[in-house]
Amino acid sequence: MNNIIVLPLIIPIFSAVVLVFLRRFAAVQRLIAFASMLAVSIISFVLLELVRKEGILKLDFGGWKPPYGILFVADSFSVLMVLAASIVTLFCLLYAFSTIGDRHESMFFYSFVLLMVAGVNGSFLTGDIFNLFVCFEVMLMASYVLVALGGEKVQLRESLKYVLINVVASSVFLIALAYLYGTVKTLNMAHIAERVSEVGQDPILTLVSLVLLIVFSLKAGLVLFFWLPGSYVVPPAAVQALFAALLTKVGVYALIRTFTLMFPHHPETTHAILGCFAGLTIVLGCLGALSSRNVLKIAAYNIVISVGFILIGLAVRTETALAGSVFYLFHDMVAKALLFLLVGMMVYLTGEKRIDFMSGLIRNYPLFGWLYFLAMLALVGIPPLSGFVGKVLIGKGAIEAGSYVLLFLGFASSLVVLFSLLKIFLSSFFGETIITNEDKKPLPKASMASLVSLAVCIAGIGMGAEQLLAYVQDAVKTLANPSIYIDAILSDSDSEGV
Amino acid sequence: MRINDVILRTVVKVVILIILTLGVYLFFSGHHAPGGGFIGGLVLASGIILLFVTYDIETIQRKMPFDFKKVAALGVFIAAGTGLGAIYFDLPFLSHTDGHFKFPFIGDKHLTTVTLFEAGVALTVIGTLVTMILSISEDE
Repeated sequence: MNNIIVLPLIIPIFSAVVLVFLRRFAAVQRLIAFASMLAVSIISFVLLELVRKEGILKLDFGGWKPPYGILFVADSFSVLMVLAASIVTLFCLLYAFSTIGDRHESMFFYSFVLLMVAGVNGSFLTGDIFNLFVCFEVMLMASYVLVALGGEKVQLRESLKYVLINVVASSVFLIALAYLYGTVKTLNMAHIAERVSEVGQDPILTLVSLVLLIVFSLKAGLVLFFWLPGSYVVPPAAVQALFAALLTKVGVYALIRTFTLMFPHHPETTHAILGCFAGLTIVLGCLGALSSRNVLKIAAYNIVISVGFILIGLAVRTETALAGSVFYLFHDMVAKALLFLLVGMMVYLTGEKRIDFMSGLIRNYPLFGWLYFLAMLALVGIPPLSGFVGKVLIGKGAIEAGSYVLLFLGFASSLVVLFSLLKIFLSSFFGETIITNEDKKPLPKASMASLVSLAVCIAGIGMGAEQLLAYVQDAVKTLANPSIYIDAILSDSDSEGV
Repeated sequence: MRINDVILRTVVKVVILIILTLGVYLFFSGHHAPGGGFIGGLVLASGIILLFVTYDIETIQRKMPFDFKKVAALGVFIAAGTGLGAIYFDLPFLSHTDGHFKFPFIGDKHLTTVTLFEAGVALTVIGTLVTMILSISEDE
């Protein structure tokens, strides 16, 4: 019995529902939301240790044995993602306490954040592909509300686009699932993987996998990211950071899961396409980041670049590269949240979005300025901060596999990331200050605490890379050998002759 | 402006009983036959919406002073709570049980915990649906 696996899903849902009844009590809402995310973070940490000791854990809902019932599966990869998601949400909530405002708080803001996290955690943990669709929907429904909440004109315009593109993607997802179910007659991921490898991945199945590739690309912002820079910059900073850290990463997670577990047999088609997509994403993302002078847009294009970079690891699919991808994914969730919170704070302090209208922030807010510098170094991948290990491992994997083009694009993108972030740093933080001491807005304390904590996390991930790598290696062992996953899910039902 | 809709009002007074009874029937029949919380909830919600359409929103809200957003939340609370109950008894999440109980006068009855879960689903459906219709109608 591993009921602990379901807690990262059920605790946020339960607290979200309780918060609906406490609409008028903002302070209680904050307390409950924060406490439940803290609990989920601790639980996912315990779970991570448990998985390393006991191997893959699973929970059959209602005791229905796979492949008949739905189930949650905790392997190191999914639990690492849950851990990162929970920690990021914890600190984004902390940031939101002092910046989000009464209007959001009385419109169930915390409930929707918790529901979104529940969807995200569910997507990471589920072992059933239809259940993955459901969790995606839970997450997206909540995110639709969070994009539109506030009701400014630009928000409504962008949320309409966001909803439309996601509804289309979800319908295509459903169609792909129907094809998949029609072909292999099961929806349990381990069972699908088993059957696909038994019958060999024939052209029909490869086609299905490519439809899934398109769907997840839309969600992850891989090549099909045209909707992303528009809709990610309109909500309040705390929501932006949550979106940047969680939503695209769920798509990336789904891509990695699909193409390591279920459809790994025809890499010459699927993984070649993934490689092209990853390269293209990096190039286009870099162009976007270079051409923009709006801080929010620059940060949004940085998400796109990192999605491409992470998927290099999946495209070249050596064990080293996959380890790099998992590590970088973990790092990127924390670092992107920090970047968006920092950029959001810049906009809050100055009231401007273009870098040309900000100057000398570091003189007014020294700690804030240096935190930005730290986040920049981490995103570029300077040791000993968190981005370094992931980049090195992906690079090493690409060399092993001989994918020199992707290797070049990946590391060239680091330079572009450095350039685009340095552009903000030089023009907005350095230079003559334009804020006089009288106009200077004080930094909200809770927000500052969350920025500092995230920065500590980044440094911690970098310094503690050795310890984290142990979990990452465990995750990659399962990714590289799908049979471990399949056996863990299906073995005991076989022995009972089901 | 009031529309003279005597016929609609008179018919609804009778029909609403049938609709609500059908909703409850579908809810309980769901255990072994087609029906269940979702469908029962839909029928019940359509009955309530019919009331809103026939009479005006204020009248109905005076008689049914619920915040339907909270009804939906209560539904999720109950449904998720039955899952947590299973955890409390150290069974897999969402496990359900049933049993036969003897009551005075009505005799042997088959009671299941799934009914509680389904009640949660029904309340969620009712709450969500009515909230949707009410928010659309407010948008003028």
